[in-house]
Amino acid sequence: MEIRNANKAGQKIELQMTPMIDIVFQLLVFFIMTFKIVSMEGDFNIRMPAAAPQAAPPEQMEFPPMKLYLSADADGTLTGIQLNESQPTSFQALNQEIQKLVGTDSGPGARESAEIEIGFDYDLRYEFVIGAVTAVSGTKDTRGELVKLIEKIRFNTPEAPAE
Amino acid sequence: MRIAKKDFEILEGDLTPMIDMTFQLIAFFMVLINFTQSESNDKVQLPDSELAKPPETVLENYRIIHLAEDGTAVLGTVEEHYKGLGGTLDRHYNEIRYSGEEPTDTTIVIRAHKNAKGGIVQELIQLCQEAGFESFALRAEENVNNGLKYISPIPAGG
Repeated sequence: MEIRNANKAGQKIELQMTPMIDIVFQLLVFFIMTFKIVSMEGDFNIRMPAAAPQAAPPEQMEFPPMKLYLSADADGTLTGIQLNESQPTSFQALNQEIQKLVGTDSGPGARESAEIEIGFDYDLRYEFVIGAVTAVSGTKDTRGELVKLIEKIRFNTPEAPAE
Repeated sequence: MRIAKKDFEILEGDLTPMIDMTFQLIAFFMVLINFTQSESNDKVQLPDSELAKPPETVLENYRIIHLAEDGTAVLGTVEEHYKGLGGTLDRHYNEIRYSGEEPTDTTIVIRAHKNAKGGIVQELIQLCQEAGFESFALRAEENVNNGLKYISPIPAGG
């Protein structure tokens, strides 16, 4: 049986590419224009009810309550750190002090009762506050793994700005 | 003079490689496009921290407050000085309550500019506390280069 082929002459069917390329380039331009490299963000969680919970008697606490105060100059630059009675000279030293106080062993409940109240001068720049929160809340071990230190962090009552 | 007639041929470039590359570029940008830009604010440059890692669990109930260096706060569609944010916070508190959620379980995410005064952040937290919120998250940028950036010694004489 003879098969009839209408395209005996081998006609080439040409697709119209121009509209597709137009749209594709418009999409490409849209994505390039809206593209923005954003670095990853993370949170430091703090729980601060308006009425501060009554602290447990010191003898019932595994760690005595810690107080941290950050001093600043008029520009908001950090000028001093006071942790209880000691005065670490850097956030790294503060981090080591905290490690000495609460330990770095990962036993359950070891650091859960540790609590710190952070106070600072009104003008202190927020980046230093986060630096202090970083120093007290954890550290990284030699393998780069996070070791948590103090999880219960609260801020003290704000003081009036210096005139 | 007689001009020789030429047979014109249509020269077709091969468009396939270009289309391939273009589609790959589109796929690349589509995958990397940031859908969470509503959580950012141009006026806020976050402080960085080596411990600021993206949370493993996504926050279910939260409100984001952007705090600019000059004390301007942005909560939802409202932009005003942070001292006048009390009414807006009350409105959000009521919205959360009427939606059946517990406001105390709602996290207030504070995205403050790194040069903002710490006292302003404290006052903002106090305003939120007065409105009835008690769970806060201080947002920082992940520091991938050197975690010791802010663990620098205090300037001499300080």
